[in-house]
Amino acid sequence: MGRGDSEYFPADSPWHLRDGVPIGDATLDAASSSAASGCAGAVPVATVAPLPTARDCLVRIRGLSFSHGSRKIFDRVDLDLPRGAVTAVMGPSGTGKTTLLRLISGQLRPDAGTIEVDGEPVQSLGRAALYNLRRRMGMLFQSGALLTDLNVFDNVAYPLREHTDLNPALVRKLVLLKLEAVGLRGARDLMPSELSGGMARRVALARAIALDPMMILYDEPFTGQDPISMGVLVTLIRQLNDASHLTSIVVSHDVRETASIADFIYVIAGGRVMAQGTPVAITAERSAWVRQFMDGLPNGPVHFHYPAPALAADLLTRGLG
Amino acid sequence: MARRARALTDGLLNPLARLGQRGLKALAGLGRASLLLVGILAGSAQMLRRPRLLLAQVYNVGVLSLLIVAVSGFFVGMVLGLQGFYVLSQFGAKESLGVMVAASLVRELGPVVTALLVAGRAGSALTAEIGLMKATEQLAGLEMMAVDPVHRILTPRFYGGLISMPLLAVLFSAVGVLGGYFVGVGLLAVDEGAFFGQMQAKIDFREDLVNGVIKSLAFGLVVTWISLFQGYDATPTSEGVSRATTRAVVHSALAVLAIDFVLTALMFGK
Amino acid sequence: MAKQHTIEVWVGAFIAVGFIALFFLAMQVSNFNANSAADGYRVSARFTNAGSLKARAPVSMAGVRVGRVEEVRLDKNTYEAVVTMRIDKGVDSIPTDTFANIFTVGLLGEQYVRLQPGGNQDYLRDGDEITQTQSALVLEQLIGQFLFKKAEEGGK
Repeated sequence: MGRGDSEYFPADSPWHLRDGVPIGDATLDAASSSAASGCAGAVPVATVAPLPTARDCLVRIRGLSFSHGSRKIFDRVDLDLPRGAVTAVMGPSGTGKTTLLRLISGQLRPDAGTIEVDGEPVQSLGRAALYNLRRRMGMLFQSGALLTDLNVFDNVAYPLREHTDLNPALVRKLVLLKLEAVGLRGARDLMPSELSGGMARRVALARAIALDPMMILYDEPFTGQDPISMGVLVTLIRQLNDASHLTSIVVSHDVRETASIADFIYVIAGGRVMAQGTPVAITAERSAWVRQFMDGLPNGPVHFHYPAPALAADLLTRGLG
Repeated sequence: MARRARALTDGLLNPLARLGQRGLKALAGLGRASLLLVGILAGSAQMLRRPRLLLAQVYNVGVLSLLIVAVSGFFVGMVLGLQGFYVLSQFGAKESLGVMVAASLVRELGPVVTALLVAGRAGSALTAEIGLMKATEQLAGLEMMAVDPVHRILTPRFYGGLISMPLLAVLFSAVGVLGGYFVGVGLLAVDEGAFFGQMQAKIDFREDLVNGVIKSLAFGLVVTWISLFQGYDATPTSEGVSRATTRAVVHSALAVLAIDFVLTALMFGK
Repeated sequence: MAKQHTIEVWVGAFIAVGFIALFFLAMQVSNFNANSAADGYRVSARFTNAGSLKARAPVSMAGVRVGRVEEVRLDKNTYEAVVTMRIDKGVDSIPTDTFANIFTVGLLGEQYVRLQPGGNQDYLRDGDEITQTQSALVLEQLIGQFLFKKAEEGGK
C-alpha cells in the first residue's frame, strides 16, 4: 500500500521518496540473498577483509559497548541489518534487546562503538538531525504507547499532522488507508482504553507506518498476545515488510513466531552475539546454549538454580539468615 | 585495638558519608529539574503556535480547581470574620474587621492556600499523568515520532499552571472577602461602611494586591515545575508513579511555604 | 469538536471570573480608586508631634475624606514632623488659614488628619503649607495631665 499512495503526494514530498528514489525498489530483491552473504555475514569482523558496503545494510553496528550503571549490557557487539529484510534479535529477558532498539533510534547513546543508520552515525547526531532521521523510522512499543487522550483515528493522524501540512481531507484518507492495512478501519472512533492489547499494537503499527518510514523497530511484538492476535501480528509484520519495502527489526524471545518470519536471526546474551544466521542455520546450530534457548529447555548451560551454596550445607547452617 | 579504632571512625564517618550522598543526590535532582525547566521554556515559542494545547491545560488546572478554590475561599473568609471579630471586639476595634480579613487574604492566605490547594488538586494530577505517560512509553513514543515530549506535553502544562494560579488566588481572596463580609456585616452586625471604608483606606493596590499576585505567580511556577519534574523523573512503574505523586505534593507544599517566607520578608519587611 | 468548544467556553468563563475578582479587589477592597485620582495637589503641615500618623492615612474635612497623607518625615533643624498630604483635585477651595489637627478614630484606632476650614478668601495651592496645626493627642500625656490636675485639686 505504501507506494500506492503516491498519487496523493507532491513529487518532492520528503517523507515519501528517499533521495528521489522510491523506497526499497532496488533493495528488496537483494535483501533475502544478502541476508545470508554480503551484509549480515560480516561477523567476526576481523576475518572479513572488505566490509560490506553501506548500501546493502540499513543499520551497521560496530564495536558497540553500553553499560547500565556497573552492569555491562553490550560488550563490543557487531551487528548488520540488511535492507528490505526482517531481522530478528533474540535473547533471554534482560539481555538488552529493548536497549538495542533505543540505541539504534538514538534514545540512548552508546559508551563506545558506532551505529550507522542509512549511512548516518546515530551516536553523534545532533538533535535536529536525529529527529529528521526518526521521521524515517517507526517503532512499535511493547505497550503500543498510544496517546491515551486521543482516539484511534487521531493517534494515527498524529505524526501526519505533526510533520506535514497536508489538508484534513488528505490526512483522513491516509489514516483510513493505514488503518485498513492493519484491519482496524472500523475501530477509528474507539479510545485506546477500549482496545485489546493486540488491537492497540495494530493501531500503533498503523501509526508507525503513517509517514511511510524506511524501517520499523518492533519491541517484543508478540509478548502477552493470545494465539489469534499473535498470528495476526506475525502475518502483518511480514506483509508490511514486503508490501511497503520496509526494513524490519524484531526484538523478541518468542522463538517460534519470530523464526517463522525472520530472514536473519541474531541471538544475543550476556552482552555478546551467541549465534547468527538464517532461521534454518540457527535451528541446526549445535551449541548447547543456543539449543537450550531455541528449544526452551529448563536446564542446560543456563541453570535452573540461582547460584547458591549446596542445599545440605545451607540447611545445616545455624542462624536466621 | 586497631579494629576498634576502625569501627569508631566508621561509626563517625558513615553517617557523614550518607549525608554527603544524600546531598549529592539532591543536588543532582536539582540539576535535572533545572535542565527540565530550560527545556520547558525552550518550547514556549512552539506552544504559542498551538494555543489549543495551552487552552486545554488552563482548563485542567484552572477550571477544574475553580470550585474547590471558591468554596475554600468562602469558608476561610468566614472563619477570619469570626475569629477577627472576637479578637478585635475585645479592643473595641471591630470596625477594623474588614481590614484584617482583606489584608490576611490578599497578602497571605489567598496566594498560599490557593497554591496548596492547586498542588493537591492539580499538581498531583499532573505528576500522575506525566508519570503514567512515561510508564506506558507514551513519552518515548512521541520521541520516536520526532516530537519533543517536553515541548509538546510539558510546556503547555507549565504555562497552564502559571496562568491559572494568580487568577485562582485572586478569586480566592475576593470570595474570602465576601465570606468575611457575610459573617462580619451579615451575622455580627459590624457597620458596613466601616467594614469597606477602613479596608479601602488600609489595603494598598500596589503594596498589597500586586504583591499578592506576584506571590501567586511565583507559587504557580514552583508548584507546576515541581509536579512536572516529579512526573518526568518518576520511576516508570506504578509504584514509582504513586511515590512521585506524594513527593510532588509534599515538595510543592514545603516550597510554597518557604518561598512565601522569603517573598514576605522582601515585600513587606520594610 | 463539541468537546473542544466546551473547553473554550469554560476557559473563557474562568478567565473572566478571575478578572472580575481582580476588579472587585482593586475597586472595593483596595485604594486603587484613590490612587487613580492621585493627581491632586500637595499641601504640607508642620506638627510638633505627629503621633502614630502614617503614610496613606486619610485626610478629611467635615468627616468627608478629601485626600491622604503621602509622607511623614522629620525636619532635622526644627525637630518638627513635616506631613505632606495629597488633596483630591476636585477639592480646590480650601482657605489658606485652614486648621489641621491630628485625630484618632475611636479611642485606639487609626490616626488621621482633620482639616477645619478658616474664613480666608485665598485658597491653598500645590506646595503651600498649612501654618495652623494642632498635634496629635497622646493618650499617656492626657492621662498624666489628668492625674496631675486631680492631685493638685486634692492638695488644695
